[in-house]
Amino acid sequence: MHIDQLERKWAGISLGIAGLFVVLILISALFHGINAPSHVETIDSARLHLSEEFAEDKLGPELNPDGSLTVRVVAGRYGFYPKTMTLPAETNITFRWVSLDVLHGVHIPMTNMSTMIVPGYVAEVNTVLHHTGDYPLLCNEYCGMGHAHMWANIKVVSKDQWLEMYNKGEANHG
Amino acid sequence: MDNAVEKKLALSHFWVAFGAFALAAVMGLYQVIERSGFFGFLESREVYYASVSTHGVLMGFVLTTFFIMGFGYYVATSSLKLPVWNKTFAWTGFAVALLGVVLAALPLLGGAASVLYTFYPPMQGHPLLYIGATLLVVGSWFWCVSMIVMYMQWKKANPDQPVPLAMFATTANAILWLWTSAGVAIEVLFQLIPLALGWIDTIDPGLSRTLFAWTLHPIVYFWLIPTYTAFYCLVPKQAGGFLFSDEMARAAFIILVVFSLPIGFHHLYMDPGISHGWKILHAIGTFVVTLPTFITGFTVIASLEIAGRLNGGKGLFGWIASLPWSNPMVLAIILALLMLIFGGFGGLVNASYAMNAMVHNTAWVPGHFHLIFGGTTVIMYFGIAYYFWPVLSGKPLFSNAMAIKQLWTWFIGMSIMTTPWHILGLLGQPRRIDSVNYNNNLLTLSWEPYEAVMIFGGAILTYSAGLLIYNLYKTQISNESYQGEIEYAEPIHAVNDLPNYLNSFKIWNIVIAVFMLIAFGYPILQHFLMETFGSSRWGV
Ligand code: HEM
Ligand SMILES: [Cu+2]
Ligand SMILES: [Cu+2]
Repeated sequence: MHIDQLERKWAGISLGIAGLFVVLILISALFHGINAPSHVETIDSARLHLSEEFAEDKLGPELNPDGSLTVRVVAGRYGFYPKTMTLPAETNITFRWVSLDVLHGVHIPMTNMSTMIVPGYVAEVNTVLHHTGDYPLLCNEYCGMGHAHMWANIKVVSKDQWLEMYNKGEANHG
Repeated sequence: MDNAVEKKLALSHFWVAFGAFALAAVMGLYQVIERSGFFGFLESREVYYASVSTHGVLMGFVLTTFFIMGFGYYVATSSLKLPVWNKTFAWTGFAVALLGVVLAALPLLGGAASVLYTFYPPMQGHPLLYIGATLLVVGSWFWCVSMIVMYMQWKKANPDQPVPLAMFATTANAILWLWTSAGVAIEVLFQLIPLALGWIDTIDPGLSRTLFAWTLHPIVYFWLIPTYTAFYCLVPKQAGGFLFSDEMARAAFIILVVFSLPIGFHHLYMDPGISHGWKILHAIGTFVVTLPTFITGFTVIASLEIAGRLNGGKGLFGWIASLPWSNPMVLAIILALLMLIFGGFGGLVNASYAMNAMVHNTAWVPGHFHLIFGGTTVIMYFGIAYYFWPVLSGKPLFSNAMAIKQLWTWFIGMSIMTTPWHILGLLGQPRRIDSVNYNNNLLTLSWEPYEAVMIFGGAILTYSAGLLIYNLYKTQISNESYQGEIEYAEPIHAVNDLPNYLNSFKIWNIVIAVFMLIAFGYPILQHFLMETFGSSRWGV
């Protein structure tokens, strides 16, 4: 068998490049808190309204004792519920997404908040929103004829402002 | 050897492939125009999604599968110098696959199966879609059997001889496809068809996604292997040179087959049903599978350099100018490699566990795969078509100049269409939307100029597709005759004492089985261990 000297070298270099990428990925995954939803938690999508957690009045942001937020959103053709929300910047947020019906996906442009919403599963994403402003929340997986109409709005405000609203009961305009 | 039947067999497959392509290209143009929203009278989401579903199935499944089968039959017969084994069997495979396409086309064109080519449950299309798709796959299994039998026939008659590289690659692809299609076959047979026909009431969509991911990655290598086969076995000869290394090529094909299978979860990075550990394992495998592409880039460019220097090219880059740019196969590979550089960069972004979140399911994704699949992979299908058509039809190519123009316009159109498509993704546009309805003013306004450029690119592409079909058709109906055979490139170093692991797939099948068990065993099993809740069927 004949393998050219140059080719051997190149194979070594390629291995090095791929190895480098693997190391970078491992470092970022292990030390930088990657936000991919990997929670493997199941739920009965057909009975969400009866569930403790995703009943209609439980949706939207909830302030936890440690100052972080849990945000529960139900996705269903063709909308996200609650339809509008106000969220604080620079705060640890745990989004919990569930679907009422078919497969959906959701992302907030310009942030790393992205997940598939698979019926039968809870998609949990931890993230921090850094910039204040208005953001759309877009369905990004084909879910039927109204897919392009499936979106909601969120407004990101400073933490202080948000706390004030929350205490008045205004953060979630369901 | 009289291989008139083989020629007819290959040509029949090719015509189905390029017929599907032509139809789908026209739909593609309609889609870029409709989705821009610039022409109000065109707006119809029903028509749009019927069109995208059909375009995706035709481009992704019909063009590719039929092209690969036709190419494989002719590579087998011409490289092994054997008649195609059991021709009735081969024609039966063709008929079954074609019947599948026709059955699936009915609901697709009628708008009753607008579930897109990925048909994610629990959304349900018409049962004929799933039955048709199954028949297409079953037909392709006939081809796999033919390739494996011919490979064994040859090995038996030539013990201890290296199997001709082109056939080695084709057999690798047949084996890859059997492994690859198993995932989606299980999904369709045990979940989708029973659900569509009402035999069962609910399915676990998480399990469906896991099974689909099994198929989703290696299928792109199934599409790519004919392109790589042409890179290694046809191009060096057309360019006037030799293959730099036959052994490295074999190693590359083996790594492709072995490592493209156990890594499908990189499509599920954003899925809630798979835990981090499995995702990271598949992410690592994903980077291993870049190795054969790095190696291919090197070997193929080295082979081109040999050709360029033999043609009199001097200096560090002079050899590039001395390549026969007016040879369609050579031009196709140059353009394919250019698109591979940009597409490969995009692929690294997708494959990166963290960066993926920024582009997942945005317009970046169709931008990426049109470039690398519709570009790199398919432009080589064109190069192969221009080379094979005269041989198969016995008529000279109608116009070489038109072929060159077609390849350039495809490259230019693809660059113009996919660059703004990537940018739209970075600007947050979701994929698979038929219109823009978000009242988020500034952001969505910023999308418009890119949509306009995409239409321009799509128009060039459709014109280019027309040139291809016209040229092939005119060749076919010509009265002149042409005598010629496919010529394979010789390696610069003769292949001596090839180790058995580079000439046989036995041990690799075992390796694959072990890898698949590790990569998919528990992730599939978990759906039976934990409490899951089924989803019932939903219309579109
Ligand atoms: C004339 C050239 C082409 C044009 C103008 C075009 C345009 C489009 C458009 C606008 C979409 C819809 C994407 C979306 O809704 O997000 C699409 C989808 C698709 N295209 Fe093309 N395309 C062309 C050629 C090709 C080629 C050559 C291939 C591959 C061989 C291809 C494969 C696909 C696939 C698989 C889909 C389905 C994507 C999905 O369901 O998300 N296209 N194309
Ligand atoms: Cu949607
Ligand atoms: Cu993949």
